[in-house]
Amino acid sequence: MLEVSNLNVKYGQIHALRDVSLSVQPGRIVAVIGANGAGKSTLMMTLAGLLAPASGKITYDGKPLPAKAYDVLGEGICLVPERRRLYANLTVRENLLMGAFLRNDKDGVQADLEKMYTLFPILRERLKQYAGTLSGGEQQMVAIARGLMSRPKLLLLDEPSLGLAPLLVESVFRTVREIKAQGTTILLAEQNAFQALEMADDAFVLETGRVLLTGTGSDLIADPLVRKAYLGIKG
Amino acid sequence: MLEYVSGIITFSLIYVIATVGLAVFTGFTGLFSLGHAAFFAIGAYTAGILTYFYDVNFWAALAAGVAVSSLVGVLIGYPTLRAKLRSDYFAIATLGFGEAVRVLLENLDITQGARGLPGIASETTLPIVIVFTVLVLWVARNFVHSRYGRAAIAVREDFVAAEMMGINLFQVRMRSLVFSAGCAGLAGGLFAHYVSFIQPGMFTAALSTQLTASVVAGGMGSITGPTVAAVLFVAVPEALRMASMWRLVAYGFLLVAIMVFRPQGLFGFREISWQSCVRCFRKKPAAAGGGAGQ
Repeated sequence: MLEVSNLNVKYGQIHALRDVSLSVQPGRIVAVIGANGAGKSTLMMTLAGLLAPASGKITYDGKPLPAKAYDVLGEGICLVPERRRLYANLTVRENLLMGAFLRNDKDGVQADLEKMYTLFPILRERLKQYAGTLSGGEQQMVAIARGLMSRPKLLLLDEPSLGLAPLLVESVFRTVREIKAQGTTILLAEQNAFQALEMADDAFVLETGRVLLTGTGSDLIADPLVRKAYLGIKG
Repeated sequence: MLEYVSGIITFSLIYVIATVGLAVFTGFTGLFSLGHAAFFAIGAYTAGILTYFYDVNFWAALAAGVAVSSLVGVLIGYPTLRAKLRSDYFAIATLGFGEAVRVLLENLDITQGARGLPGIASETTLPIVIVFTVLVLWVARNFVHSRYGRAAIAVREDFVAAEMMGINLFQVRMRSLVFSAGCAGLAGGLFAHYVSFIQPGMFTAALSTQLTASVVAGGMGSITGPTVAAVLFVAVPEALRMASMWRLVAYGFLLVAIMVFRPQGLFGFREISWQSCVRCFRKKPAAAGGGAGQ
């Protein structure tokens, strides 16, 4: 579905991604784990078209990825950004409708709104509330729902667990599984390595801009290097 | 006396036309312009030169003023918006643009430099201005409530997120800028044919500031708010004319007071509409004390 080969991304002099190659198969949850500054967000932003790669190739469904962010969404890739980036002064409902900005099928959008309320029951009570007044967990749900409103084929989730209480992290991850069950492929960037790996079909470990390890989620959980460096388990 | 009052109303409405245009740009995309006097001047000079030197029909000249200032809007917008200049840098760029246009007007032969154009045909009347004001308000309202308006609001709130929603930043900002440049051009054309004398000194940064101040004071994200503010900023200095120089001090204090006590502007992002007026009157007997709803 998505093929990345020898991707290099730079911020001026800083080389954030070095020769990153990875592939995402349809219908799977793919996790990218790594510490702060490993390049997870850079990778996600590049895939969403917000950053231009210095070199390397990204192909999506056999075609090169469009260069502009607004065209990337049209192809069915949607990024749920780090720190959520909601429209704080718009209501929850308006936020969700913004997610469907490119769609013209009114009935479909309405149906999808209903779907979101089933997926996130709490949102139904919050519809008229300004998004900025919600709690962190609720905001994350709005962010994910807003992303889903564009009916993406590939959903990029950048640190959905950031700043959430462990219980909420659980519930967000449960939703991610549900989204996958409904047929959306997911690329997930996480610091929360253990839970991400547990859930992931495939996974990559990113370290200072390089892909360190590749494997299935369960492989990587068992990997001694990962256990030591990211899960904090010795021996 | 009647003539004096109708003159003030005409002036106010001419400013309303320019301010509403700017409200669509600054209030809805969040970019500040400190050079809108330039678009005003371009509209005034284009229309003025056409009727003064070439005996062109007033309406055609007015349309030409709108066209030329919209076109200049595209020209200035292309490099600045394409480069995604951040809010403050964009403001500086427009400030430079405003000054450049003024200096150009002072030095070109066709504009007669600092002498200006005396004796432009007096064509603008109060009814004409009222019709144009209503028209501009109607177009602005439809723009804001359209898909493009929502896209513009998304851009103002968080342009990175907006881009991820599939919104073409450049296109949205460009559209608003061209609309606002066109409105300023229209206001300029009407202005030139009302006062029948224009000179570059009328279109300084002070005018740009007044327009932007009206938008901010009226409320970013509102159309009716800046409309009221624009009228206020023309009418208050007139009403205080007997206080001579002190009126400008009062004007300054008014601005400071608005920013201190209502930083979101007089109206915030609310609008005056029929529904809100009706609701206001209905609520009062119930001691709920209405207020302008959305």
